[in-house]
Amino acid sequence: MKYFGSGHGACPGCGLPIAVKTVLNALDGKVFAVNSTGCLEIISSQYGKNAWGVPYIHSLFENAAGVAAGVEAALRAMKRKDEGYVVVFAGDGATADIGIGTLSGAFDRNHDILYICLDNEAYQNTGHQQSGLTPPGESTTTTPAGKVLPGKVGRKKDMLSIAVAHGIPYVASSSVGYVSDIRRKVKKAVKFEGAKYIQIHSPCVTGWGIDGSIAIKVARLAVETGLYPLVEYEYGKLTSVRKIKDRKPVEEYLKLQRRFRHLFTHEKGKEMIKLLQRFADENAERYGLDLKKE
Amino acid sequence: MKKVVRGFYSVAYSVKLCRPNVICAYPITPQTEIVENLAAMYANGELGEAEYITAESEFGAASILVGASAAGARVFTATCSQGLILMSEVLFNAAGMRLPIVLVNTNRALSAPLSIWNDHQDSMAMRDAGIMQVYVENNQEAHDMIPQAYKVAENKKVLLPFMVCMDGYKLTHAYEPVDLLEQEMVDSFLPPYEPAAYMTTKKPLAFGCYAPPHIYMEFRVAMQQAMERAKDVMLDVFKEWAEVSGRDWGGHITVDFPDSKIFVVAMGSVVGLLRKVVEELRNEGLSVGLIKIRTFRPFPVEEMREALKDAEKVIVLDRSVSFGYEGPVSIELKSAIYGYSSAEIYSFAVGLGGRDMPKDFLAKIIRDVGEGKEKPGFAFKGYQEFEEVIP
Ligand SMILES: Cc1ncc(C[n+]2csc(CCOP(=O)(O)OP(=O)(O)O)c2C)c(N)n1
Ligand code: SF4
Ligand SMILES: [Mg+2]
Repeated sequence: MKYFGSGHGACPGCGLPIAVKTVLNALDGKVFAVNSTGCLEIISSQYGKNAWGVPYIHSLFENAAGVAAGVEAALRAMKRKDEGYVVVFAGDGATADIGIGTLSGAFDRNHDILYICLDNEAYQNTGHQQSGLTPPGESTTTTPAGKVLPGKVGRKKDMLSIAVAHGIPYVASSSVGYVSDIRRKVKKAVKFEGAKYIQIHSPCVTGWGIDGSIAIKVARLAVETGLYPLVEYEYGKLTSVRKIKDRKPVEEYLKLQRRFRHLFTHEKGKEMIKLLQRFADENAERYGLDLKKE
Repeated sequence: MKKVVRGFYSVAYSVKLCRPNVICAYPITPQTEIVENLAAMYANGELGEAEYITAESEFGAASILVGASAAGARVFTATCSQGLILMSEVLFNAAGMRLPIVLVNTNRALSAPLSIWNDHQDSMAMRDAGIMQVYVENNQEAHDMIPQAYKVAENKKVLLPFMVCMDGYKLTHAYEPVDLLEQEMVDSFLPPYEPAAYMTTKKPLAFGCYAPPHIYMEFRVAMQQAMERAKDVMLDVFKEWAEVSGRDWGGHITVDFPDSKIFVVAMGSVVGLLRKVVEELRNEGLSVGLIKIRTFRPFPVEEMREALKDAEKVIVLDRSVSFGYEGPVSIELKSAIYGYSSAEIYSFAVGLGGRDMPKDFLAKIIRDVGEGKEKPGFAFKGYQEFEEVIP
């Protein structure tokens, strides 16, 4: 790989390198990469083992959007915009929790950047602690399933709506289970001038407790159950939705992963699964996910 | 061209003449008027090709400048107090990435209690960050320091952020006659920024790599070496400035009456008043001199050793406190002259949170030390006795 080398140290089956390579290739490497602290940074940017074939910067955990805004402003001021696209690669924690301030600022000012949120649904780099994008029912090290609690209580923050509410031109979700979908959305996104947000569901083999060989299958099941709808907004309007032929029950997705396994034995597990099914149903309703049988 | 202007304008005007590519800040009293003036210049098309960005916070502003600087831009911000502390994580990072960001800190106290008035607690909290710090005495020095700050920071032997510290209100809002620089003069003194390394797709480089234990320490040693080199680079730049501007502000420290027995050491705007006080006390027959610290980082170790080698008593006037010990300037001065001077050190914290420091107050401190009425060590001066009531 030209733009993202094989020298990276990701766990086998990790979704991050797949997502990153797909994005960089879709843009023919014409990219200024801005990365937040997290798994991707650690697996790819060790001094002397840099895996990036594009200009790259990592500053802090919570300021990638700000740094990207600065890169973009500099390119604008110095008339170098045609050199490439400014692309953020940030984890779900960096995006939805600690970095949401600089993200909101960059979106509000509508900097010409593409913000890719690599959503592996927890702080994986630091050993699988919950983030705002951790779904309910997931057992993480800070929301462990215990005698009383069935894992995370609450919900997955609706980052897509938060992005849309900023009035930016393009917002989408995608998944490592569908690389052609990522490619298409990235190519489309950069056609818009202004801030673009794409949230990519990315399996984490260690955090999710899955074998690398089924990572793609699990990622696809998230979509096929309606838990991770693949959608697109242009200027605030929903413009496309990946339809699902026979939407599968959420159990099929949950049962393959250690992070949800307790739900099948825990006293409150049934309730939690019901809640997750409700969220999937609501997604189906909200986005019109189900392909209607005539 | 001499004009009576306020401190914030003298800074904003000088920044404009340095032709930054990206300016980004967040308002905080008493820095606000600096960025407002720059915003007005931007709105009027007076900043050339520069981008002026209104950040969502000081943390955001500093982050934006990290990106812009890494992409090869000359950048500027100003802040103080809560804003500087909010920036601190980014600023430590910027120094480690060796980005020559120039910022002005309009020194202001830290909360709690909330205070918008002047002391040095904010910039002192940043002294370990790897950022050069120069304290100015008046608005002409602030005005003159901006082009020099860029020239030092961008020197390939240095490549570290540079913070110009000017006392909030006392300078920022003071009207003073300032000889405003000419564009041609600044252009010939300060060439366009040529980064040693920057983000470009033509030659992809990685900034902010992580370093395991086998390599981390070397980067930190390199920062220290850059600081040490900065001492010489600064002296060259200060000297060149004196030649081209006709205003010689001196080196890392300035010493008035070097043969004195007693020395007062201070930084910032209070130095102007202290000059008058010292002169009067000398007329009374007291052997007292004055040392103005201009460069606090890198610390003028050799200069202090030389200046104080025969001193009998040194009075350090600190504008902040390292709680649990004493004033940071005093702490550093003591460690610098240890083994080189047998002077007694009188360390006083004064003027916290804008507490007035009138002439008589300063004169009394010095006179009391001269007359042996004070003991060496640390004390606060200029506060009312009180009893802390814990409900
Ligand atoms: C200010 C700050 N707080 C905490 C950390 C510790 N930390 C580093 S990465 C990380 C989690 C990253 O999570 P995410 O953004 O989801 O990325 P992932 O590793 O899961 O891909 C945390 C908590 C930090 N580096 N900086
Ligand atoms: S811990 Fe998870 S996210 Fe991190 S490299 Fe491994 S699989 Fe990827
Ligand atoms: Mg994560």
